[in-house]
Amino acid sequence: MINSLLWLIPLLPLLGFVINGLGRNTFSKSLIGFIGSGVIFASFALSVALFFDLHSSVQKQFPVELFDWISAGNLHIPLSFLYDPLSAIMLLIITGIGFLIHLYSVGYMHDDVGFGKFFSYLNLFIFFMLILVLGSNYIVMFIGWEGVGLCSYLLIGFWYTNSNYASAAKKAFVMNRIGDLGFLLGVFLIFNTFGSVEFAKVFPQAASMMPGAGTITLITILLFIGACGKSAQLPLFTWLPDAMAGPTPVSALIHAATMVTAGIYMIARSSVLFDLAPTTQMIIAIIGTATALIAAIIALTQTDIKKVLAYSTVSQLGYMFLGLGVGAYTGSFFHVLTHAFFKALLFLGAGSVIHAMHHEQDMRHMGGLKSKLKITFATMMIGAIAIAGLPPFSGFFSKDEILAHAFEYNKVLWAIGLFTAFLTAFYMFRMMFLTFSGKYRGTHHAEEKIHESPKIMTYPLIVLAILAAIGGVINIPHVFGGNEWLAHWLTGAGIAQHELELSHATEFGLMGASVLAALIALFYAYTKYVKNAHVPVPDESKRSILAKISYNKFYLDEIYDAIITKPLDAFSRFFYRIIDKKVIDGLVNGFGWSATEGSKGLRLLQSGNVGFYIFMMVFGIIALLLYTYLSIA
Amino acid sequence: MELLILIFLPLVGAIITSLLKGGSAKISALGFALVSLCVTIGLLTKFTPDATTQFAVNYPWIQQLGINFHVGIDGISMITVILTNVLMPLIILSSFKHEYKNANAFYALILFMQSGLLLVFTALDGFLFYIGWEAALIPIYFICAMWGGKDRIKVNMKFFVYTIAGSLFMLLGIIYLYLQNPAKNFDINAFYALNLDSYQQGWIFWAFFIAFAIKMPVFPFHTWQPDMYTEAPTPGTMLLSGIMLKMGIYGVIRWLLPIVPQGVNDWVCVAMILSVIGIVYASLIAFTQKDAKRLVAYSSIAHVGLIAAGIFTLSTQGMQGVMVQMLSHGINVIGLFFVLDIISSRLKTNKIEELGGLAKVAPKLAITFLIIVLGTVALPGTNGFIGEFLLLFSVYSYNAWLGLIAGLTIIFGAVYMLRMYQKVMLGETNALTISFTDIKGTEKVVLYTICVLIIVIGVYPKPILHLSEASVQHLLEQVNQKLTGVN
Repeated sequence: MINSLLWLIPLLPLLGFVINGLGRNTFSKSLIGFIGSGVIFASFALSVALFFDLHSSVQKQFPVELFDWISAGNLHIPLSFLYDPLSAIMLLIITGIGFLIHLYSVGYMHDDVGFGKFFSYLNLFIFFMLILVLGSNYIVMFIGWEGVGLCSYLLIGFWYTNSNYASAAKKAFVMNRIGDLGFLLGVFLIFNTFGSVEFAKVFPQAASMMPGAGTITLITILLFIGACGKSAQLPLFTWLPDAMAGPTPVSALIHAATMVTAGIYMIARSSVLFDLAPTTQMIIAIIGTATALIAAIIALTQTDIKKVLAYSTVSQLGYMFLGLGVGAYTGSFFHVLTHAFFKALLFLGAGSVIHAMHHEQDMRHMGGLKSKLKITFATMMIGAIAIAGLPPFSGFFSKDEILAHAFEYNKVLWAIGLFTAFLTAFYMFRMMFLTFSGKYRGTHHAEEKIHESPKIMTYPLIVLAILAAIGGVINIPHVFGGNEWLAHWLTGAGIAQHELELSHATEFGLMGASVLAALIALFYAYTKYVKNAHVPVPDESKRSILAKISYNKFYLDEIYDAIITKPLDAFSRFFYRIIDKKVIDGLVNGFGWSATEGSKGLRLLQSGNVGFYIFMMVFGIIALLLYTYLSIA
Repeated sequence: MELLILIFLPLVGAIITSLLKGGSAKISALGFALVSLCVTIGLLTKFTPDATTQFAVNYPWIQQLGINFHVGIDGISMITVILTNVLMPLIILSSFKHEYKNANAFYALILFMQSGLLLVFTALDGFLFYIGWEAALIPIYFICAMWGGKDRIKVNMKFFVYTIAGSLFMLLGIIYLYLQNPAKNFDINAFYALNLDSYQQGWIFWAFFIAFAIKMPVFPFHTWQPDMYTEAPTPGTMLLSGIMLKMGIYGVIRWLLPIVPQGVNDWVCVAMILSVIGIVYASLIAFTQKDAKRLVAYSSIAHVGLIAAGIFTLSTQGMQGVMVQMLSHGINVIGLFFVLDIISSRLKTNKIEELGGLAKVAPKLAITFLIIVLGTVALPGTNGFIGEFLLLFSVYSYNAWLGLIAGLTIIFGAVYMLRMYQKVMLGETNALTISFTDIKGTEKVVLYTICVLIIVIGVYPKPILHLSEASVQHLLEQVNQKLTGVN
């Protein structure tokens, strides 16, 4: 069944893209919504069916070759898929959450003139995302990798008449491309080392190599650069917060649940290689931790509800990379999964708030929405608790698995991770309290219009809230008497498991520490924003230095502008105005000038008539040939 | 015989078209271009994609000098013939909205040029190659001089100085080879068989390389190109960028590598570095260009730099990348210039800062333009990716650092292309752009065809790769054999 049906899973969204793309101006909105969501649901149903098929099968790797794509010399790249436990789970996340977000979008985008365009783009995104996780080699993965980048570009700039949004879209694409160059060079090196880019051929060969070999280290660093672009890690994360320019369902789907986790997927997929490169792993762990911390610090002072969530996403992705770096592949992947639930939920919830507030995103103008948006509040609260890492919600299990591995690897990284968990809980509850508690701070006129979102938007919230609450069950650790189902499942995809060597007491101690940190943060946020009803100050007011750095995002955009963009533009002008126009053209014109000067006597011939020159040229050729001919004769 | 029809049909078309009056000239030109395309398809069906030269014709021409009318097609030629004859109808059709003065002369020159190009791509005789080279160049002087923009005379002069210098070097090279040839003819196989020492090969390498480098153009022989692309009438720009520059690429492959492999081997490092410098240099210049046409001109220099670098890797991947990229670059660049022509013919400007918001008033143009831009920035799934992937891989395998520098094109390309797209198409409409009307009629036909080609080649490039693979491998073996023989 897998071999015969797998190709349908990506094909259906592609069909949806084509049909909705062609009918975007003629079809009714309900038809577009039906087609757009329907194809994703069909893909989801197939993914579920195939999942159970794989579950009951002894064979865990199903390669499916479609056709020969690029072939030159000894380089052969087939367009082929690999269905295994890792891609199976990714398919479920992408199509499952994708479907919920499509449904939600029917309500959220209902009044937008670009409704048809939106759904076709969304379908196209799902198609590329599926290609990314289904590819059986790095190049097919790269099709999806860049394809989702394109969709991200299109959807960030969906409201393209706003030139800030269009700039945000361009920034995302370009920063991703910086990573993509790393990825591509990594793939080249893989081919030149292993003679193939197929996972099935690369990994077995790599397994016999020496750990720490220079080539493997370089390959993994290059791949990691690719992951930094796509999954928004230092120093390439600044595009993700700007990407919030896109409609909120896009932020939920692309910039939280799926696309941004592609880098983690890719590294988990290549775990055989990364396990051989301890230096790279250390770099990943450090970059991940630093990103998690810096993004969390920035999130502390943001006032735009979506920006808080965006930095929170960057920070959570940092956790996942920390996990990858310390060898907790399952833990990271587990966090991908739970994060997909709670972050999609939080974004969609924020979208519901924004929808209700008629496109107000500034939390300083919100407050007291609890009573008006009951479902949104309740579901978002579950999401906030899950991300804060309070048991028994899903985020608790996945985050603690990463932190436990980090503790074993390096205590400093663990401590920073724990501190970040504290910050996470604080900014999340800050966001919740500012939005839902206290008194409404907007205009009275706007207040009357606030209403809960329609069912098509709240139902997905409820489903996601349930998943965010109980999602942890798929990998309950031994310490709680669980069987770590996900870990066992992923061994079928060749992902090695690193068993924790901590005692149960230590594990409980670590969990206690992180729960305590989250509770302190909750209490502190409650005191500050509910009891003392503190509201963040307006943009122009004075801030302490730390708050200033946080509020201005560590000035990273300004720094990049000063050290990269401006110098490149200066080079551009210098090359054009000086080298091209003065130096090279000067030489060429110099030749022309000296020719003119030197031939003043022959001025009559310099008629400026190109036709005459050509005649002379042909004449010259003939004369030359004639001379040669005569000299031979 | 088929090949003679292929080469001379456009010439016949040129003569007939030149005799016509008014609007029928363009119809006639399109007709001949389409028939040429059909003849090409006919040839393609009979063509066997192996390493042999097919449809060969060899007539004595000027016997006293050993000049023969010797033409034939192998896989490499086939790619360039397809490129020429697929793009020609598109270029002619894209000019339909314009009413050129003396249209009969204009279209006759285009068809004349087509014959010249086909001769270049099929010639197996050095002299014939040179004749074709000049026959393709002469019409473009006139097209630019008579129908170009206001700076046309000055620009044309610079172009002329460059190309005459190039042609002269090449002619000297050909004559030198002729003199060295004991059989005293210009036959390419005799040239291949020559035993030249590495000193001689070095000189011939530079004579040919400069000629071809000017044509492509490779840094630092490129400064005629942006001016010329900007000043020539759009069909002229399309001919130059879409097809003519491939004469230089083809020349390197056919007339440089196999004849002076030792010369190539000695100087490949320099050629490679110049090519790679060109990629970064031209990309950077494109960053701050104010005129969209000039921006595309510089982007073309960057793309051609990568193609040139791919040739000099002397690897199957590099050379196959060159084959696909010649075709893809031709398709994409005429698409870009056509879009800019549509804009400038309506709004009388290509200044990026004066435009904006066109996507709102012209959604069809926005979509097609985007697809062409994506092809240009080599998004996987478009034609640009296939070529660029193979080229970058080959350059990387040649030298990892050069690969890294050349690879910057995937970042820089996105920067300048998306900047242009954003400034032209996105944002709010302004007083100028509000009145813009979407594409229709022949514009749709041309742009839709280009978009279909971009995606089809991107998804299924196998037929094209298959067409040239055997010939490319044969050529590389030839080069290697000669190299090992000399050493």
